Amino acid sequence: MRYLVSVIDDKSNPGSTDRRPAISAFNERLIAEGYWVFSGGLADTDAATVIDNRGEQAVFSDGPFVESKEYLAGVWVWEAPDLDVALKLAAEASKVCDRKVEVRPFR
Amino acid sequence: MSDAEDVITRAHHEEWARVVAALTRRFGDLDIAEEAAAEAFATAVERWPADGVPPNPGAWLTTTANRKAIDRIRRENKRDDKHKEAQMVYDNDPPEPVGAVDDDRLRLIFTCCHPALAMEARLALTLRMVGGLTVPEIARAFLVAETAMERRITRAKAKIKAARIPYRVPAVEDLPARVSGVLAVLYLVFNEGYLATGPATDPLRHGLTAEAIRLTRLIRALMPGDGEVAGLLALMLLTEARRTARISAGGELVALDEQDRGAWDTGLIAEGHRLVRERLAAAAAGAAPGRYQILAAINAVHTSARDIRDTDWSQVLALYDQLVRLDPSPIIALNRAIAVAELDGPRVALAAVDRLEDKLAGYHAYHATRADLLRRQGHSQQSRAAYDKAIELAGNTAETAYLTRRRDQLR
Repeated sequence: MRYLVSVIDDKSNPGSTDRRPAISAFNERLIAEGYWVFSGGLADTDAATVIDNRGEQAVFSDGPFVESKEYLAGVWVWEAPDLDVALKLAAEASKVCDRKVEVRPFR
Repeated sequence: MSDAEDVITRAHHEEWARVVAALTRRFGDLDIAEEAAAEAFATAVERWPADGVPPNPGAWLTTTANRKAIDRIRRENKRDDKHKEAQMVYDNDPPEPVGAVDDDRLRLIFTCCHPALAMEARLALTLRMVGGLTVPEIARAFLVAETAMERRITRAKAKIKAARIPYRVPAVEDLPARVSGVLAVLYLVFNEGYLATGPATDPLRHGLTAEAIRLTRLIRALMPGDGEVAGLLALMLLTEARRTARISAGGELVALDEQDRGAWDTGLIAEGHRLVRERLAAAAAGAAPGRYQILAAINAVHTSARDIRDTDWSQVLALYDQLVRLDPSPIIALNRAIAVAELDGPRVALAAVDRLEDKLAGYHAYHATRADLLRRQGHSQQSRAAYDKAIELAGNTAETAYLTRRRDQLR
């Protein structure tokens, strides 16, 4: 089962910025144990562009999360046998990156 | 005729969870298990009065439910591949670490009380899948529209399936946390029956307390070695024992010091005391008691006193001190202050209660306790104001009636 693990940061109360080494070490463990599929940190929400091409022509705008307090700061994709395994890893992940994480299964 | 009905009612109590649990394991799907179990019971209602009760009702129900489930899967054979794909994850190892029995019902309970489900979903799912209550019954119990309750249960089942919440007894190292999650669900069901929160229901709802006790007994049978399970069961029994004495003929809540102790249920008290003694022996042997065991012990002290004046308050206070170390919540501190008032007088107790104002100013029992302590010191004016505040915040009709009488007795 694949799970998307979203890292949620809070603009008014951001997590610490010195987590990179800890996250790398955690990723290496995820890879060694066979859970890791993908991971990546995201640039600020200011850098996002939304494209809506459902109408006559493509319209570009800033991302919807520019104004919001909470936003997506990074993602993991994990392969895990069930939610209990994913939640256990997610509990560690939240500590490691000092932020909230959301676990959501792929369809 | 009524014989068959009795047997069906009993079978429903005894076999529902077993049938749902076995089918969930076999078919890996809560929906199929629930529907097939419901159909099997409906068939029993139809057939048993005319054909006679089968020699082994439980086996008959399981076989019938299995057949119904297979029929449904065949009917929807188009869905078959998809169904296999969506099967729940379960283990085949007997859940030995928890107790002597390998019982699918334990898997069912842990799945329904999974921490990834919202508390209200856990309550509803547990009452439906383990307790066998119907959706309308659960909706009525929690004052929610039937359609909303149906949606809540459907959504919880969908989450279990989509997110792969496993059908399994947790590993030994996770067990204490997961058991306490299950007990929290049962305690909430019990408390809603013990003192309903809303003004629109009966103040005490025996159906809910009885159901909570029945489910806790089941868990006790499945995990006889767990101290907190025994503690919660004892706590419920010793509370339930006082049920009839807690409401006056006029529908008013009767406080512990005014209850007719002759109306207490001696059978339930004896059973509760047996469990508390069992845990005291375990504690003497070195097992640290959890909060339910301590709460049960406090209730054992109260139910051992034939008259309020015989209450061993120093024992009650010692138990509260133990509880505060485990759970430093302001509500525990409030209850502790009531014992302090008996030992050191209302003035000392009031000082302790007043320190909780920041945290409990919105809680009716805080104001009710203050009102009583002020009354006992002769501060009628302040007591009346505290009663007013408590009445304004209390939701339970019997409690409001009690507080109003107490206020109006002030001079």
